[in-house]
Amino acid sequence: MSEKRCTIAVLVENKPGVLARVSSLFRRRGFNIESLAVGTTEREDISRMTIVVRGNDRTLEQVMKQLNKLIEVIKVSDLSENSVERELALIKVHATPAKRSEIIEIANIFRARIVDVARDSFIIEITGDEEKINAFVDLMRQYGIKEMARTGKISMARGPKTVG
Amino acid sequence: MRAADAIVKALEMEGVEHIFGIPGGAILEVYDALYDSEIVHILTRHEQAAVHAADGYARATGRVGVAFATSGPGATNTVTGIATAYMDSSPLVVMTGQVPRPMIGNDAFQEADTTGITMPITKHNYLVTDEKQLLRIIKEAFYIASTGRPGPVLIDLPRDVTMADIDFDYPEKVDLIGYKPKIKGHPKQIKKAVDLIMKSERPIILAGGGVRLSNAHEEVLKLAETIPAFVVTTLMGKGAIPEEHPLCLGFIGMHGTKYGNYAVMEADLIIAIGCRFSDRTVGKFSEFAPNAKIIHIDIDPAEIGKNVRVDVPIVGDAKLILQEMIKMIKTKQRKEWMDRVKELKKKYPLKYKQDENVIKPQFVIEKIYELAPDAIVTTEVGQNQMWAAQYFKVKYPRQFITSGGLGTMGFGFPAAMGAQVAFPDKTVVDIAGDGSFLMNIQELATCVDYNIPVKVCVLNNAYLGMVRQWQQLFYKKRYSATRLRYPELSFEKIAEGFGAHGITVEKPSEVEDALKEAFEIDKPVVIDFHVEVEENVFPFVPPGRSLREVLDGE
Ligand SMILES: Cc1ncc(C[n+]2csc(CCOP(=O)(O)OP(=O)(O)O)c2C)c(N)n1
Repeated sequence: MSEKRCTIAVLVENKPGVLARVSSLFRRRGFNIESLAVGTTEREDISRMTIVVRGNDRTLEQVMKQLNKLIEVIKVSDLSENSVERELALIKVHATPAKRSEIIEIANIFRARIVDVARDSFIIEITGDEEKINAFVDLMRQYGIKEMARTGKISMARGPKTVG
Repeated sequence: MRAADAIVKALEMEGVEHIFGIPGGAILEVYDALYDSEIVHILTRHEQAAVHAADGYARATGRVGVAFATSGPGATNTVTGIATAYMDSSPLVVMTGQVPRPMIGNDAFQEADTTGITMPITKHNYLVTDEKQLLRIIKEAFYIASTGRPGPVLIDLPRDVTMADIDFDYPEKVDLIGYKPKIKGHPKQIKKAVDLIMKSERPIILAGGGVRLSNAHEEVLKLAETIPAFVVTTLMGKGAIPEEHPLCLGFIGMHGTKYGNYAVMEADLIIAIGCRFSDRTVGKFSEFAPNAKIIHIDIDPAEIGKNVRVDVPIVGDAKLILQEMIKMIKTKQRKEWMDRVKELKKKYPLKYKQDENVIKPQFVIEKIYELAPDAIVTTEVGQNQMWAAQYFKVKYPRQFITSGGLGTMGFGFPAAMGAQVAFPDKTVVDIAGDGSFLMNIQELATCVDYNIPVKVCVLNNAYLGMVRQWQQLFYKKRYSATRLRYPELSFEKIAEGFGAHGITVEKPSEVEDALKEAFEIDKPVVIDFHVEVEENVFPFVPPGRSLREVLDGE
């Protein structure tokens, strides 16, 4: 069976230990997490995890079903298709005076923002889907990336449908 | 009210009558509260045994078993017991002491991360961090343990929580947004299943442990007789149908009956009820029942399609689903298939070579069955377990108790103890191997102390027999670290040292008298049967092979 990637939104009770429970499940069953993002939702007592996982159809089905078995998991939804996906990255890039305007120009094209300026570096903030960020990161490499931090992906189905 | 007293009161309200456990510093407060309670506490001699006993109690009764342990080593000792219960979906509530909240995380004396350790082997677990949540948590624990696919739930109780002062308002209901087991089967799926059954020419029912958990025995029998269809079971499913019933083909899998295995491989429809298609049951996954469509009824959606492909899944409670199905099924005689299976049954019976001078382990089981067919039987793990499963024909549900999923040596004896506590008037027999018995032999003290008259029948083959069998068959008889016996070892004397009754049996002619003697004495008895040392369990489907590739040992 061929492998594919799947983005899953998991609504969980906002309680201590839930993240440990979810990650313990992935480890124990041998599922591979590519990225994981956790945050609050419109409801104080519920958190939302967005998990990107790789596997064949049977594994992905097991991931969803096993997650559903956790008592504190409220809802599991597959958001692999027809959804808005976003990541945020902070990139500290080497920016000599000679290259500054070039970098600013590229950042503008990508609608990225320069959020910190030092003598020979910028911190650039960019949001977007994974490909966009990858493309931007590739372009920045030529100037020298000193440090980078990327969030995991978050995702939401298009249209009026909600996962809650 | 002191929280410890509230805990005990909550347990009383849950209908708990027996608790198995061992006290210690972190759980002293709760034991103090227990002192005034009607609940009977059985002091086992090891926490692993406490959990197995609670598990045996749960399996024999269908009620939630309860075990207590202190923090640190007490809690870590429960791990094997909890994992055993988890693999076989047994409903337990385990309460462990924990160091006081301010000390958690500081490596305090007897601190262990009990909830972390038990996370993957419990259905759910709790660390009580707020005494106001305590009663809600206890209520939830019993609910979660006993509903849906049952399983063990652990509650870790920091000592200062048990000392706190709380109001006793025990909740009547639970409200868990993330836990709503699906009970009713989907009518469309049920209809599809019925259509498949009506079309089938060679149907077989495969009954698993879920039949017991859902109390669906009557429905299984009714379904089998209505279709009519033969019934095979998994090891955990033994007792789903009386095994002497003409439609029953015994248990299948690695050491299952040859006719059962063959019949499954020839079937055109498998109606699987409450089973998880484990490797020990189905052999090679891709070659299981190659000509059959598969209907899979299970309360746990994650079991559907996990190991084998399924044509018609039905998620829900087996009992309710079968009731719906039975209403719609019309009897259809399938003479050719009936004749074929009868022929298989006749052609490939279970058999062993009797011997006049040496006791055959199978013979001991046959005698136990003959003399005590109504006994509750528990087993240890290894050859003893397989011979017990093959030769003890289970009559009623919950009669046969064994560690199927985890295969835990040392389970049978404490589990027998738990079953005996639940049913003081029944004969309870632990069919043991010499290796397994040694793993929880200290419980003889508990049995004598509380007069729990369990009969331990040790099939003493001087080896870790099942491992030796694999070494014989797959490693050219290189018996690496499997020999157990040395001349000074006497189970009879050990039993007597504990104050139990011990019997040594060396000749086949003495087997019956020894068993009769044991069944008559109203105290714990250990019978040490010196059996054939290199007897093997057959039939044997080697691991990873299809159920057709059965070794006979001939
Ligand atoms: C706790 C534990 N340790 C090790 C094993 C591996 N194992 C499986 S069967 C077996 C031998 C059991 O020996 P014995 O209890 O004497 O039973 P027999 O097979 O001889 O009937 C062993 C060591 C196990 N199942 N459980």
